[in-house]
Amino acid sequence: MEERILRRSVDPASQAMLSLAARQGLETAWDRLEKQQPQCGFGELGLCCRHCNMGPCRIDPFGEGPARGVCGATADTMVARGLLRAIAAGAAAHSDHARDVAHTLKMTAQGKAGGYEIKNEAKLRRLAAEYGIPEAGRPKEEVALDLAEAALGEFGQQEGPIRFTRRAPPKRVALWEKLGIDPRGIDREIVEIMHRTHMGVDHDYINLILHGLRASLADGWGGSMIATELQDVLFGVPQPKRAEANLGVLKQDQVNIIVHGHEPILSEMIVAAAEDPELVALAKQVGAEGINVAGICCTGNEVLMRHGIPIAGNFLHQELAVMTGAVEAVVVDVQCIFPVLADLSACYHTKFISTSPKAKFPGAVHMEFHEETAYETARAIVRAAVENYPNRNQGRVFIPDVKSECMVGFSVEAILEALGGSLDPLLGAVRSGAIKGIVAVVGCNNPKIQQDYGHVNLVRELIRNNVLVVTTGCNAIACAKAGLLLPEAAAQAGDGLKGVCQSLGIPPVLHMGSCVDISRILVACAAIANALGVDISDLPVAGAAPEWMSEKAVSIGAYVVASGIFTVLGTVPQVLGSPNVAHLLTVGAEGVVGGKFAVEPDPFKAARLILDHIAAKRAALGL
Amino acid sequence: MREIFVRLDRCVGCHSCELACAVEHSRSRTLFGAIAETPRPRRRLYVEYVLERKIPFLCRHCEDAPCVTVCRTGALTQDPLTRIVTHNPDRCIGCWMCTMVCPYGVVGREWERRIALKCDRCPDREVPACVEACPTRALVFMEEEEFARLARREAAKEVAQSYRVIP
Repeated sequence: MEERILRRSVDPASQAMLSLAARQGLETAWDRLEKQQPQCGFGELGLCCRHCNMGPCRIDPFGEGPARGVCGATADTMVARGLLRAIAAGAAAHSDHARDVAHTLKMTAQGKAGGYEIKNEAKLRRLAAEYGIPEAGRPKEEVALDLAEAALGEFGQQEGPIRFTRRAPPKRVALWEKLGIDPRGIDREIVEIMHRTHMGVDHDYINLILHGLRASLADGWGGSMIATELQDVLFGVPQPKRAEANLGVLKQDQVNIIVHGHEPILSEMIVAAAEDPELVALAKQVGAEGINVAGICCTGNEVLMRHGIPIAGNFLHQELAVMTGAVEAVVVDVQCIFPVLADLSACYHTKFISTSPKAKFPGAVHMEFHEETAYETARAIVRAAVENYPNRNQGRVFIPDVKSECMVGFSVEAILEALGGSLDPLLGAVRSGAIKGIVAVVGCNNPKIQQDYGHVNLVRELIRNNVLVVTTGCNAIACAKAGLLLPEAAAQAGDGLKGVCQSLGIPPVLHMGSCVDISRILVACAAIANALGVDISDLPVAGAAPEWMSEKAVSIGAYVVASGIFTVLGTVPQVLGSPNVAHLLTVGAEGVVGGKFAVEPDPFKAARLILDHIAAKRAALGL
Repeated sequence: MREIFVRLDRCVGCHSCELACAVEHSRSRTLFGAIAETPRPRRRLYVEYVLERKIPFLCRHCEDAPCVTVCRTGALTQDPLTRIVTHNPDRCIGCWMCTMVCPYGVVGREWERRIALKCDRCPDREVPACVEACPTRALVFMEEEEFARLARREAAKEVAQSYRVIP
């Protein structure tokens, strides 16, 4: 195969599809990235500002041209403001997702939602108790209504705290309060970013970044956590189960429906409708053997971990899946969806179906999804896919024969269960050094990095050095495709971790869900810190996003660091135009919040940074 | 010989050429490395903004180049074959005669060493860095005849679009 294609992805399924794309002249994100080269240096450095119409302004990083914008903003101000706007967008995306989930819970409680039910009453009651909502002796609908309203109230509230922030260790909460970064309301902090970064408001990069951390905390311990927890109430707490991953899960003789995006509110219903006997019969009638739903990105992770629905791939697979020619419908909701899917689908029989009133795509078929009629709309979508099957040109179908088995669904509850009901076995393993530390490897794909190269190599290197890896999002899917989410993968781990995994029957890399489920990782960190009576920043833990690209990842990185966790990024954020901001993020932050960033595109060097960090934290704890 | 030509109507003023030029003439040759270097890597071409037009200006490597003629130390020389005017920093005494006679004002200055600085047309590259960096292809690297043909075809296209055959 051509060197150029091999350089784009380590995944053999991607390589096969990219080779086909090259033969057929089909354009992909990798081609478009090439056409964007060289990308604007001012943008790369964060040294352009379009926040007012005296601009756009740029600062010359070589010091010859302008050193200030028209208003006088310096590189520090520009870079910090740009970073904050990215945090605002990321926190808004996660939190608006959470708002939809809370709204669905509310409508379900009121009996107004078509097809949803409260699947996990025990968790509902636990959460209600956490919010101080009386639940004993009350019907679950009443409790759910109160819980949904309490959660919805946290978006618009003007004064804190946000309930779930109090899951953090007391030392951490006290630090947030001392720094003035304890978030007050979810929407409030996001709005305040837009205010502060408006022309002529906040210009002190430290003051700006502190507020960015506050907004990000409203995401991690607010929006994202609400999304995770309420999804568990509605759709069930994920439990370990086996499934399959990669493009090979698409079926030659079945109606293939791809669900892509982020919110399980839609995909849950698609999964249910695909089992509808009438639609299954219709599929047989049109000559298919059945209906096969497969996921991409986080909506895929959600149905993967709750239903074992196969996952067709991560972020950079979205175009490749369509190019198999075997997909009857790509059904999308929100976030990380390439608008070009509309044009690409038009080259095939594939229907590209948008569903969210918030996310329309020129060229897509729009079948708008509302909670009241959720199941009916899902049925209509599945029907459209089934009826599209006869239009498939079987002569053009190419499904790469590549798939891996995976074990997924390690919610905090499931991990506790695997440990026998208490954290003690895990803490014991960390104390004894069998497990050196725990690292969350998360985040997107980015065509700037060979697909999955950063993900898989960092994870392999960590487990080889006895670090337990927890994963979500597109890293989780990369690990699934690479066979790392299996108990058998313990063979690739160091002796200590291998022993722990084998005795518990768990993989060395635990799939904890979608990107909002990074909140599960925060909960786990808080529980471990509380059990040891220390702060999160004292733990031998770290975070990494080897192939990140989205603004959501910026918000995640910020809340992980603000929670006291060392975080290694694999692509360079747009901040290097301000040496002061870069220094604050990579050095100074540690003295303030106990966590900091590092940037290291080489996964082997990134692993070394993380292992050194873990060793230092262990030494400080006397381990 | 190929030259750097500017399609004057295409420049959007993004300054990408200037950044790429400075990076190409840095030690690290990467943006992230270059911004931390001393002496500061300098651009050798300039995007000017005059009469609401954006005009990239760079050394034309003129025939009988005035800068070479006035250079008393031999720092500036013109290759007899390629006509590229190059500058040898070791021989430059910073007298700025070249700057004074350059009709385009594209001989700059390296502040730290107090010597002249000008386009060397990227001797290590197939295509100069500024040309490669230009997102709108305002800068092109081609033979004079090729450029003329390009301009001719663009002009002809306009004629073709406005011309109607009367039935």
